[in-house]
Amino acid sequence: MKVKVNQQERSYDGDPQMPLMWYLRDELALTGTKFGCGAGLCGACTVHVDGKAVRSCVTVMQDVSDHSVTTIEGLSADGNHPVQKAWRAANVPQCGYCQCGQIMSAAGLLAENKNPSDDEILAAMSGNICRCGCYQRIFAAVKSAAKGA
Amino acid sequence: MKNAKSQAIVTNVSRRNLLKGVVGTGGLVLAAQFVPANIAMAAYKTGAEGMPGGVVWDPHIFVSLDPSGIVTIVTHRSEMGTGSRTSLPMVVADEMEADWSKVKIIQAEGNEQKYGNQDTDGSRSIRHFIQPMRTCGAAARQMLEHAAALTWGVSDSDCRAENHKVIHGPTGRSLGYGELAAAASQLKTPDQKSLTLKDPSQFRYIGKGQVQITDLRDITMGKANYAQDIHVPGMKYAVVARPPVVLGQVKTFDEAAAMKVPGVIKVVKIPSTPMPAVFAPLGGVAVIADSTWAAIKGREALKVTWDDGPNKTYNSDTYKAQMQATARKPGKIERNEGDVDKALAGAAKVVEHEYYIPHGVHVPMEPPAAVVQIKDGKAEVWACVQSPGGTRGDVAKVLGLKPDDVRVNVTLLGGGFGRKSKCDFVQEAAILSKAMGGTPVKVVWTREDDIHHSFYHSVSYQHVTAGLDKDNKVVAWRHRSVSPSLMSNFMPDPKRESALELGLGLIDTPFNVPNLRLETGEAVAQTRIGWFRSVNNIPHAFAMQSMVAELAAELGRDPKDFLLEMIGPPRIVDPRKTVSSELWNYGDPWDTYPVDTARTRRVVERAAKEAGWGRQLPKGHGLGIAVQRSFLTYVATVVEVAVDDKGNITVPRVDTAIDCGFVVNPERVRSQIEGAAVMGLSLAKLNQITFKDGRVQQSNFHDYQVLRIGQGAMDVRTHIIAATIDDPSSGVGEPGVPPFAPAFINAVFAATGKRIRNLPVGDQLSA
Repeated sequence: MKVKVNQQERSYDGDPQMPLMWYLRDELALTGTKFGCGAGLCGACTVHVDGKAVRSCVTVMQDVSDHSVTTIEGLSADGNHPVQKAWRAANVPQCGYCQCGQIMSAAGLLAENKNPSDDEILAAMSGNICRCGCYQRIFAAVKSAAKGA
Repeated sequence: MKNAKSQAIVTNVSRRNLLKGVVGTGGLVLAAQFVPANIAMAAYKTGAEGMPGGVVWDPHIFVSLDPSGIVTIVTHRSEMGTGSRTSLPMVVADEMEADWSKVKIIQAEGNEQKYGNQDTDGSRSIRHFIQPMRTCGAAARQMLEHAAALTWGVSDSDCRAENHKVIHGPTGRSLGYGELAAAASQLKTPDQKSLTLKDPSQFRYIGKGQVQITDLRDITMGKANYAQDIHVPGMKYAVVARPPVVLGQVKTFDEAAAMKVPGVIKVVKIPSTPMPAVFAPLGGVAVIADSTWAAIKGREALKVTWDDGPNKTYNSDTYKAQMQATARKPGKIERNEGDVDKALAGAAKVVEHEYYIPHGVHVPMEPPAAVVQIKDGKAEVWACVQSPGGTRGDVAKVLGLKPDDVRVNVTLLGGGFGRKSKCDFVQEAAILSKAMGGTPVKVVWTREDDIHHSFYHSVSYQHVTAGLDKDNKVVAWRHRSVSPSLMSNFMPDPKRESALELGLGLIDTPFNVPNLRLETGEAVAQTRIGWFRSVNNIPHAFAMQSMVAELAAELGRDPKDFLLEMIGPPRIVDPRKTVSSELWNYGDPWDTYPVDTARTRRVVERAAKEAGWGRQLPKGHGLGIAVQRSFLTYVATVVEVAVDDKGNITVPRVDTAIDCGFVVNPERVRSQIEGAAVMGLSLAKLNQITFKDGRVQQSNFHDYQVLRIGQGAMDVRTHIIAATIDDPSSGVGEPGVPPFAPAFINAVFAATGKRIRNLPVGDQLSA
């Protein structure tokens, strides 16, 4: 099967049931996509498939055949996507582990909805757990990125 | 300014030290020499010197200069989100007048002889190392000034370091730090007594909160590396089937079935260790494969059966009932003042309540992981550990090597909260690499592994009895605490809280009650107990601060005023003479960090004022307050809750006042307090680990729920008590957690009139 990852065509002939997350992390060494729960519960592994935010730990390889996957490494060329900039301006991260997934969820939301309401932001981000508890800054950063987007 | 001769020195010094030093950046390492620690310059004493490895401040160890002007500073503590990886090098940079934009930070490998203590727990990084790192920076600054004086042939006193260069006062000429690198690197470390520290008014970075964490950009780009992310050429992947009951043994497993899974390379049995096992692995059966996925599938195919062993009788329901029965009987007296029995017998009124907190688990977003490879009799480790020094020793022991032959590379930690102080997962990787002939092996813990095989926050049952006289003064306080001890990892089970655990917010209570007796009851550990952010302070603060609010309600008093009355007038409370064994003061000297009720009162008053205590609240809202001294820091929290008619609770606002002495990075103090509110709300409202037949019943984030965005604590306001550099810095990572749960529960009572004494709240309000 073929899959596009960060604009690059790849071919894959392994287990079609393997979660996309392990393909990205173990085979392509794209480790910005984090392993947090393996069950679609925490959002640390969030990537975009055809522009939409999905949990790569519960998305298997056959689901992305002939689709386009974007990881945090491919979100922007220089790390200056409006969401990434807003994250830094708000000093969001503590340990940082969940933040790639948070950023990918936020970028996915803003790609679909340039002017989300507070409730829409909370709903879009509710699948991403931050055990350090950076939520008030995450919320502020998404709001500020929406203004700048 | 560089000439050929100085360049040659640069090269020589650089090469000699690069071989053994930590710096791999091509920079110039200052010639290494050991200078014994000298505390003559420290303004106050801490317990740092008593820790394994003690204190090292020598700039030849921590600072290297590059002829290009880049200053590389070694950070020796693990980064798990508090920001200490940035804050301690920032202290060095400020003292040495380095320009932060020209500073690079590198992480020390685990080597406590070289760097001093690296055990990143107990909220100690700033507390123990602000002074040594200032000394380090001051020494580097003085060496650079001296190097310039020698170059110019002028007096040292005419040279002053300023923002990455040294200026000759009389002529105004200057040399940049890069130009001075070679000469400075040849100098001996000055005597500590000859050093002068900067006047705090001259700080550029310390205390300002303007320096961002060094990994910020990498984190937002997916470039920050955690142990789960490590790739080593030729690396294999392993997952382990561990006994579901602690001390359980493997009975049978289907090795052939696992080997049939494509990608599986080897199945290895890992032995278990009887208690007390310290941080030895639990044992079980490992599957090693070409990918994490193949290893996971291979483990499923193993179909291991277990002999559960003695802990299969561990059931949380019956254990709670036993703890309750124990707490209702007299226990071992741990602190005794006055005559509680007599005072209770003569009291006009006796109030008695019980409080329960279940086991909890850390669930750092990065589950434990480690890579180990063994080559030519030497092991190399990559791991997310809070304890690089201890890990080095434990890996050496399990492999039969000398610690000198083990190198522990410390990755970023995707959260720690105490879980990653225990290196069982690193030892597993070492055992498996050895079984593979030294091939690098990454052990990956899944979330289920993390929840099923942790070192759990201890379960606690407390029984508190207060006696009031006819004037409604509290004249007696009898407090019985029952909780299995984390010391069961290290010694035959002590069956009750140790001095260390009692010192975590029980035995050091400042309450101004003439007849006071603190007791412990027996509880046998039937699982692995471990540190969880703020540890026993959580149950102790919950019981004490809830009980105070209950008494206030009983008497119709304002909870904040009554709390201040319980704390009593400003004074030093010294329980050292009335405790039965010892007063553990977080390992730090009493004279530096006594129990000072002026500070306890100040944070209560500040939090109340900032929160608008007593203000008119909408219907269904309530305010609660609680205070706790923990890790030598004073924190008071006012929580506002809103409870709807279905019993759903939200937290619209939190005001927390913190007095942690001098603050290095106020911006990171605020982030810790915000995070502590989220973690505090998680544990008060949602978290509970329960055991049935010795097995943990929860497995992932669907049944061990932690707070999500928008579920409360989205408006946390941090109020930092002003302090000077002479006010001893104290803990920040942990102290925000303990007062949250009682403040929250007290607020729920204020809003609803319902008193919650068993955590988590769960659906108790809607039931």
